[in-house]
Amino acid sequence: MSKKDDHANVDLRGTLISVFFVGVVIVAMWVIVYSMYVAR
Amino acid sequence: MIAAQDRKIALWNIGVAYTAFLIGTLCGLLQVFIRNDALQLPAWLDYYQILTAHGVLLALIFTTFFIFGFFITGMSKSLGAFGPKVRLFSWIGFWVTLLGTVMATVMIVSGEASVLYTFYAPLKGSGWFYVGLALVIVGTWISSFALVGHYIVWRKTHKGELSPLFAFMTITTIILWIIACLGVVATVLFQYIPWAFGWTDTINVELSRSLFWYFGHPLVYFWLLPAYMAWYVIVPKLLGVKVFSDSLARLSFVLFILFSIPVGFHHQLTEPGISNFWKFLQVVLTFMVIIPSLMTAFSMFATFEISGRKKGGTGLFGWFKKLPWKDVRFTSIFIAMAFFIPGGAGGIINASFQLNEVVHNTLWIVGHFHITVGTPVAMTFMGMTFWLIPYLTGRKFTKSMQILGFVQIITWSIGMLLMSTAQHVLGLLGAPRRTAYSGYNGHESALEWFDGILTNHVTMAVGGSILFLSAMILIYIVVMTMFLSPKAVKPEEIVEFPMAESDKESTPKWLENWWIWIGIAVFLIVAAYAIPLSHMIHHAPPGSEGFKTW
Amino acid sequence: MHLHKFEKIWLTFGIVALAVFLGVVGVSAFSQDHTPAGGMDTIDPKKVNETAPFDKPGVTQLDDDTYQVAIVAMAFGYNAPDLKVPAGKEIIFKVTSTDVVHSFTIDNTKVNMMVVPGRITTKSYTFDKPGKYLILCNEYCGTGHHMMFNEIEVY
Repeated sequence: MSKKDDHANVDLRGTLISVFFVGVVIVAMWVIVYSMYVAR
Repeated sequence: MIAAQDRKIALWNIGVAYTAFLIGTLCGLLQVFIRNDALQLPAWLDYYQILTAHGVLLALIFTTFFIFGFFITGMSKSLGAFGPKVRLFSWIGFWVTLLGTVMATVMIVSGEASVLYTFYAPLKGSGWFYVGLALVIVGTWISSFALVGHYIVWRKTHKGELSPLFAFMTITTIILWIIACLGVVATVLFQYIPWAFGWTDTINVELSRSLFWYFGHPLVYFWLLPAYMAWYVIVPKLLGVKVFSDSLARLSFVLFILFSIPVGFHHQLTEPGISNFWKFLQVVLTFMVIIPSLMTAFSMFATFEISGRKKGGTGLFGWFKKLPWKDVRFTSIFIAMAFFIPGGAGGIINASFQLNEVVHNTLWIVGHFHITVGTPVAMTFMGMTFWLIPYLTGRKFTKSMQILGFVQIITWSIGMLLMSTAQHVLGLLGAPRRTAYSGYNGHESALEWFDGILTNHVTMAVGGSILFLSAMILIYIVVMTMFLSPKAVKPEEIVEFPMAESDKESTPKWLENWWIWIGIAVFLIVAAYAIPLSHMIHHAPPGSEGFKTW
Repeated sequence: MHLHKFEKIWLTFGIVALAVFLGVVGVSAFSQDHTPAGGMDTIDPKKVNETAPFDKPGVTQLDDDTYQVAIVAMAFGYNAPDLKVPAGKEIIFKVTSTDVVHSFTIDNTKVNMMVVPGRITTKSYTFDKPGKYLILCNEYCGTGHHMMFNEIEVY
């Protein structure tokens, strides 16, 4: 692979934390509605 | 600047888009006041007529015309000026789509088609309403083929070269659109039109619903992908960096061709006529189409972080402060993306098979598409409008316009936050969608829904009013930049089309071999649909006559 | 096509989360019978009133622990006389329509059924708590759509 498309050395720690924030929103919303489903 | 004749086509498309936007948002305002009992309509007008107009004009017409205005401009910029045939067919496509729009709108306004934008049979509107819808689709196909023709000419003169990212994404969206429309064209042409004009007596209802949703889900991706195009191609330019990864951007787009179509049953999870096996299979395929959006989320944050760090941001989140928050072109799109986080998460819930029973046809769904198409898509389009129209008219985007732009996107965000949060919570409590009133004769359960601080009619009405105010500010900006703002003379006044560079040296060539993707898409569609649809046809109950229940 | 290490971590997390969601709903649906409303039975929409069980709509006791409730939906109401069912017993709802598409939705329960003419929608549900539950139509069916509601009493 050419170096142009290689992001191995880029510092993306903030990105990782940010996407995991998205992940938490997804999981939390899903779990809330799932528990509402079970409770009904 | 692109060729004057191409600019003219794009501007007409955008002009029609915002005319539809004006009428559509006015209908939205009326709706919240009717639900709030604050408005008595004259006898010739009713809630469901207005609701139909709101849905058709905003979800179908505003989006479609704006998307073509954007595509035409970007294709002319990235591949060069249109040839005479491309221009001719772009105009024909525009006029046919407009003719269909006018026909459908006239039928709605005259009360002949209060069937909502999903037009479920056996509600039977005037035959001319369905002819209008068919013309809208045919018109977009003509415009689509014009752009495909332009692309083919470019490919012929650039043998062995990957096309620019913008063109690649445009063609992806168009392929998706054409395959998706086959479903709605089939049902409108072979089921609705003969039935509405009385040439056939009955209609196969479940088949018509399934063909509609075969189209209905990729339709939302037809709205979303142009917004993603702005996120992938425009945003990096505003941030002063290149596209994060050309190959991953292209890969995520082709994944949408594959997985956005064979998933329509997830809109039909609580209905009869489709066995649980086929419903669940399409639920699994729906979950596949989430993956390219997860990829997109990563690319976006990475673009932000790389740009912010380049500008001197340090630590874990120092880059965040370095983003160009004072640039309304960026801030608008950033807010649009932020809304898509709960929007996308809600979509996963909707598609989660039996969880759909909690939310199906409740106000949650209304909230859901106001924070998907209504904000992530619409606000990306608004953010683009701020430079797209001045770019096409050669006018200035003045300081006062920039301030107004900020007022507009902030009011839209506040209004939408209030309204959609109320709708999501009300939906979870059980309040239904698409109702003029939901008091149910003062039934205790119904009263409880609207008892909360956030979940009352007032919150929705306040949200709706702020949204309408925002829409009117936008219309003002559109009119100014289209007709009245001073012409840009000095080089620094000239508004550019921000298109980021994208390194495609290491992008594999097979990504642009469309036949691979079309082939796999057709295979998946056949696998997901052939057996259940053929069962619907061969084991159909006696068909339904039409009903005009409004 | 190179993926950054963090993107690999993110996509792995995302795909695993999606697989878990699918696993949870799939297992609950197919091994514990928590499937959404549906059914493959058909009916002539013009002969609903003469076809069993819709010729006698209402509650029928099938055996000690099972009741069937047959309901005919039409613009703008439900033909469902004397809706009283016991809590803690399995109730099988069967609904069809004589005209357009409706829904049969019981507030605060899992009963949220699309009603399609020519088809019979089936859903099995067991009420936990006695009380009066609001039934409503949540699929647009015409001018009187918002007036289409009813009540079921659970004793």
